[in-house]
Amino acid sequence: MPSRITVRLLCFGVCLIGVSVYTVSSRAQAAIAEIDFTGRLSAESRWFPQPALFPDQGSNASGFVAIPNLYLEDEAGRVLSITPFFRYDSADARRTHFDLREAYILLTGALGNGEWELRLGIDRVFWGVVESRHLVDIVNQIDLVEHPDEKTRMGQPMAYVTWSSNWGVLELLGMTYHRARTFPGSKGRLRASLIVDDERVEYEGSSGKWHPDFAARYSHTLGLMDFGVSVFDGTARDPTLGLCLDCGGQPGQSSPPGPPALYPTYERIRQFGVDAQWTTGSLLLKLEAIRRTGARNLLSTEEDYNAFVVGGEYSLFSLLGSDSDLTLFVEWDRDGRGRRATNFYENDLFAALRFMLNDVQGTEVTASVLHDLDRSQRIYGLELARRLTDTWSVNLESVAITNIDASDLYYDLRRDGFVQFSLDYHF
Amino acid sequence: MIFDRLLRPVRGLRAARFTLLAMFVLPGMPLLEASAADQEEEKGLQIARDARKQDEGFGNFAAGMSMVLRNKKGQESLREVRVKVLEAENDGNMSLFVFDQPRDARGTALLIHGHKDRSDDQWLYLPALKRVKRISSSNRSGSFMGSEFTYEDMTVQEVEKFTYRYLRDEPCGDGLDCVVTERVPVEKGSVYRRQVVWRDKAELRVWKVEYFDRKDAHLKTLTLGEYQQYLESYWRAGKMVMVNHLTGKSTDLVWTDYQFRTDIDERDFTRTGLRRVR
Repeated sequence: MPSRITVRLLCFGVCLIGVSVYTVSSRAQAAIAEIDFTGRLSAESRWFPQPALFPDQGSNASGFVAIPNLYLEDEAGRVLSITPFFRYDSADARRTHFDLREAYILLTGALGNGEWELRLGIDRVFWGVVESRHLVDIVNQIDLVEHPDEKTRMGQPMAYVTWSSNWGVLELLGMTYHRARTFPGSKGRLRASLIVDDERVEYEGSSGKWHPDFAARYSHTLGLMDFGVSVFDGTARDPTLGLCLDCGGQPGQSSPPGPPALYPTYERIRQFGVDAQWTTGSLLLKLEAIRRTGARNLLSTEEDYNAFVVGGEYSLFSLLGSDSDLTLFVEWDRDGRGRRATNFYENDLFAALRFMLNDVQGTEVTASVLHDLDRSQRIYGLELARRLTDTWSVNLESVAITNIDASDLYYDLRRDGFVQFSLDYHF
Repeated sequence: MIFDRLLRPVRGLRAARFTLLAMFVLPGMPLLEASAADQEEEKGLQIARDARKQDEGFGNFAAGMSMVLRNKKGQESLREVRVKVLEAENDGNMSLFVFDQPRDARGTALLIHGHKDRSDDQWLYLPALKRVKRISSSNRSGSFMGSEFTYEDMTVQEVEKFTYRYLRDEPCGDGLDCVVTERVPVEKGSVYRRQVVWRDKAELRVWKVEYFDRKDAHLKTLTLGEYQQYLESYWRAGKMVMVNHLTGKSTDLVWTDYQFRTDIDERDFTRTGLRRVR
């Protein structure tokens, strides 16, 4: 069931597409030089072996995903790209959702001995180098119902200018229409005991989600080093969750007060970020660090903080004379707030092994663990991916959560380890 | 869950990064050489030098590359890649590879800034996450996208990397008058002990390469054909077939739509250009 926010975003997107199509088609003799329709359809099923903690929750969730992309380019190189996303989930109505991942026009041109690029509309921007989490990456909201790894991002309306030359790459972004994070509903697993009310979203300041947000990044490659420095000033993507005694716990039941719920508040923050990677031989050394001001900690008091991820990956190519490659990842995640951190990366060690067979099927197995250095909890992941044909592939993923402490922020997820199977069709 | 799931499109491409570049350079410019102690080595060296000289000055080109991977039972799998190459004046060439098949890797792109004096810079673009990732360039003997081609088979051979020896004259290709040379990798890390190369005398095009493993067993044979000349100078093979004699597997590689000196410029070979690939 699409929420009101989704509907509004959809309207916004449709208007934008309309304007874009008009712009692209009306300009001069702009003949379409390239039309491309691609995408992915997936059938997915999740099974939770352990009994649910809360009465509404079940042990299975099945559904499907569609993420098509329409790409138009005219003879002058102007581009219109539209990528809607839809998921149906049999268990959780909140996880059944629609999003416009992309709907932008793209213009480019020469500038000096470099070039400029303008993206106008809804787009996704990725900044960063590490694998365990995406720390510096801040432009797009997290689509949390997709996966608890917090790596799937929603579309964000923006005007996005890039200027690049032999001195590096400068990116400037103006954004508005803040996207609220998605949270599971009462029937969904991987949630806290209280539901996050998606009807009540609060913002610091009177302009609410329309507050203009700005971001900039300068990046460059110097020999073996790729680095970027970034700044973001605007509405936080991470919410502070407050307790609400008179919220409707269920979406759509607004008048009679439901059970207690949580409501998200998005503060105004400023974040400075650094990301760097040193690529030498088979070894990649990586760093991401941020300083964020204006955000609240777990105790709901404002606290400025630093956080970083440092680590690397090392590859053994053609393992033992075979075609296979083995890559080892190790990263240390640290959040200066310690136990007051609003995520589970306060002081964690991440280690992973990825085994790639490099066969025709592109078979790949990844095992990972995120180990909390202060407490004992560990999150294990195991993933198997394999191509069946040139268009079909399968993915098997398993997540186990162990030794989670009763004082932990994620204690409510202690029985939510799962096994997920996905069959993907690419077109 | 914790691992970056969207890195997955990389699978099978790892081996590729190094070098597709060389694939199309292979017919034109392989063997470069070492010191010439005797006449046979001198002759081998001169052949390679001449071949290389013929390929200079092409400017840029774009082409399509499709591979049919075939296993022992005859089951086939398709790979399609679009290639753009820009010749650099004082450094290695810049190349861009965009993957169209298999479909799960579609839109994945590989950017290589080649260097003569140090290892190449390589970036991979992962469309699902819109992530540009700098990757290692030290893989050498891995399979390219599950095919029978490896990095080593395709890479641009520097002069110091081999010693050469002229073996004999004999017909090759379509009854052409050919010269047969042997090249021995200087580097110990090579999976090959030696390679034997057939070139026609008139244009110095490569028609056949036999690969011998460290135990000197005949491992693979590469056969090239359907040559076409572009801009009245540059010869490119239209078809390359690599057969692995140990596994019975083979890969047919077909080049299509060669276009030289197109409107490709340096903007296509930047990290921001990489984000725009289609």
